[in-house]
Amino acid sequence: MNVLTRSDFEPVPREGLERGPSRPSLSYWQDAWIRLRKNKQALVSLGIVIALVLFTLLGPFLWREDPSAPSLSRISRGPSLVSDVPVLPELAPFQEEILPDVPPLPSADGASLGAPSKLEWLEPPTVQAVRMRWDAVPGAAGYLIYRSQDPPTGGYFGLPVGTIEAGNIVSFEDSFNLEDRKYYYSVVARNVSDSRQSITREVELSPGISLGDAQAIRPDAKPGEMVHFAVRPFGTDALGRDLLARLMAGGRVSLFIGFFAPLVALSIGVLIGGIAGFAGGKVDQWLMRITDFVLALPFLLFMILFKVMLGGGPGQSGISAMLIALIALSWTGVARLTRGQVLALRESEFVQASRLLGARPLYILLRHLLPNTLGVILVSFTFAIPGAIFTEAFLSFIGMGVEPPAASWGSMCNDGINTFLIHPHELIFPAVFISVAVLAFNLLGDGLRDALDPKMRSVE
Amino acid sequence: MLRYTLKRLGAGLLTVYFIATATFLAMHFVPGDPIAGNKAMRPEIRQNLERMYGLDKPVSVQYVVFLGNMLKGDFGISFTQPNRLVNDIIKDHFPVSALLGVLALAVASVGGVLFGSLTAVVRGKLADRTVMFFVILAVSVPSFVFAALAQQLAIRANASAGTTLLPVAGWGSLRHMLMPTLVLGLGTMAFLTRLMRSSMLEIVNQDYIRTAKAKGLPTHRVFFSHQLRNAILPVITVLGPSIAAITTGGFVVETVFSIPGLGRYFVQAVQQLDYTVIMGLTVFYGAFLVFMVILVDIIYGFIDPRISLTKAAS
Repeated sequence: MNVLTRSDFEPVPREGLERGPSRPSLSYWQDAWIRLRKNKQALVSLGIVIALVLFTLLGPFLWREDPSAPSLSRISRGPSLVSDVPVLPELAPFQEEILPDVPPLPSADGASLGAPSKLEWLEPPTVQAVRMRWDAVPGAAGYLIYRSQDPPTGGYFGLPVGTIEAGNIVSFEDSFNLEDRKYYYSVVARNVSDSRQSITREVELSPGISLGDAQAIRPDAKPGEMVHFAVRPFGTDALGRDLLARLMAGGRVSLFIGFFAPLVALSIGVLIGGIAGFAGGKVDQWLMRITDFVLALPFLLFMILFKVMLGGGPGQSGISAMLIALIALSWTGVARLTRGQVLALRESEFVQASRLLGARPLYILLRHLLPNTLGVILVSFTFAIPGAIFTEAFLSFIGMGVEPPAASWGSMCNDGINTFLIHPHELIFPAVFISVAVLAFNLLGDGLRDALDPKMRSVE
Repeated sequence: MLRYTLKRLGAGLLTVYFIATATFLAMHFVPGDPIAGNKAMRPEIRQNLERMYGLDKPVSVQYVVFLGNMLKGDFGISFTQPNRLVNDIIKDHFPVSALLGVLALAVASVGGVLFGSLTAVVRGKLADRTVMFFVILAVSVPSFVFAALAQQLAIRANASAGTTLLPVAGWGSLRHMLMPTLVLGLGTMAFLTRLMRSSMLEIVNQDYIRTAKAKGLPTHRVFFSHQLRNAILPVITVLGPSIAAITTGGFVVETVFSIPGLGRYFVQAVQQLDYTVIMGLTVFYGAFLVFMVILVDIIYGFIDPRISLTKAAS
């Protein structure tokens, strides 16, 4: 046990005790920023959002391709970094090989049909044309020619590229949109009772360009020379337009709608909700009745209806129509939110104190009520952005969104889905951009909610 | 209860009336000519046609006629499909959409409750994280992308199997229904999983759960009779909006999978600017959705005795 002496009861000298608060005082926003910084997921999302914005805004200055310039010699090409390709020699016009005597028709008892044999290339196959011939099959009434990128399995031969309705025509030229890759060509013999026999052969095509296409790029190009191609790192779409440039241009539209529509809707919502909550009484009742009413309208149906009403004319991009429709329908949530917050804050002690000190209503609204609701509103703004991007994509996908030549990620998906089975990159790239953007905004919203509104923190 | 129901129905009717009015106005604002299209026409012929269709009368008269027809359930004749009444389109194709929607909603709610409650139990474990990762993915990827991917997968599967395991498009057998149902239900399922999970986690800390555990109930009894039953309530509240999400999602899924449902006709009509079909289907869908939400709210009042509907109304 300690023994207390007289010196223990001496007063302590004053110096050194006059400490202020132990930690620096933090404002609400500083505190929120610190919390947000600890959230890795949210920070990465914030980085992605910034990167996407830079990609669409600054990208076109670095990547100076025209997003709407078609190039019919290079449609639906996959991503490639090849920039120098040899010019192919000019081909003589293709002559079908017609055998003088028709192979005998099958007998009535349906003698079995043989498979075509000896499928061979007439000339070295190039991306300009693949010319083939095979031996006539006795009893065949015609041949079907298929092209596939994967080995054919179980009766699935891929893209039908030709139909021959006579058994004695035994050669074919395929020049439809060939790419430098491996193909499997199948020739299927068919008789009158539609039994089928096939032969398949693979071919690897190397990059090249036909003389005509080469001369469109450089008028003095000659066969055997190399021609410099514009690089298409993301490939081209069904009209030969550069996909990277289109993703940048389309992202501008998608993100613009995604940011701007929620921003304006939010301002309207805050205004209406603020007035309703602050004024109370009859005004509140009427404003809330209108809000409930707009909230009850089926959202996407009215988006379509507004779009039909506002943006029909040709030559209009349809962006403004979509903006107006989105704003007119999406202010309600924020209005209710703001009203609830203002109602709760209005009765709080610090507002009463302020009123007691003679503050005017406008001052209370601007100084106390709005700053204190700002966090919640910011969170709902972040969540509204992916919603707007999704809505834009949905509308553009069903053909109610932006009109060509303007593009958005949604309308690019709509273009891409038609060729998806053969050229998946045209759908996959814009779809990935939409998904990443929506994902990033959602995760950022989660992080902001945890940082700005700890009461609403999600259970983890 | 009755008063509340009547009040909600009244508000619902008002909403439908507004939807009808908005569609009528939209029809009049639309640029373009319903009679002649782009063709030139002699004024006499034009006058006769306008008289025949009542287009020469003032807008107010046309509005009354339009509302009268709506009340009689007559939505007019299609502009692009020969010899088809909008009513016939609804009659023929709504059952398909309804079946698809019911299946998708069933998959979504069963899957959502199942995954949501299970992830809450194994919270923080690998299984929980995996499911939640897919939930976030499903919420962020548009449904048409899933539809296209599912088709691609089916084509590969069919090709390697040598027969048609899963039809890529069309409607009819149960095999046709599998992919569209899953694709359509996926987004809603992810949403419900998230909701169910957080609802379960909130309830774990409730006093009555502790009481139930303290009095020695076996874990499965606590889970099923106390936790699950209470956690499922928020899921029921969002079923109304979920029906709306699935119905509009059907527009895309039916188009991609070529399902002869009403949604596909709606998208077609929108693309071809078939005004009568757009207007008719908008009013029909609008009324359907508005009353579905009301129905779910009323059912909710029966299920959860804590909610006093009469109080909420006043």
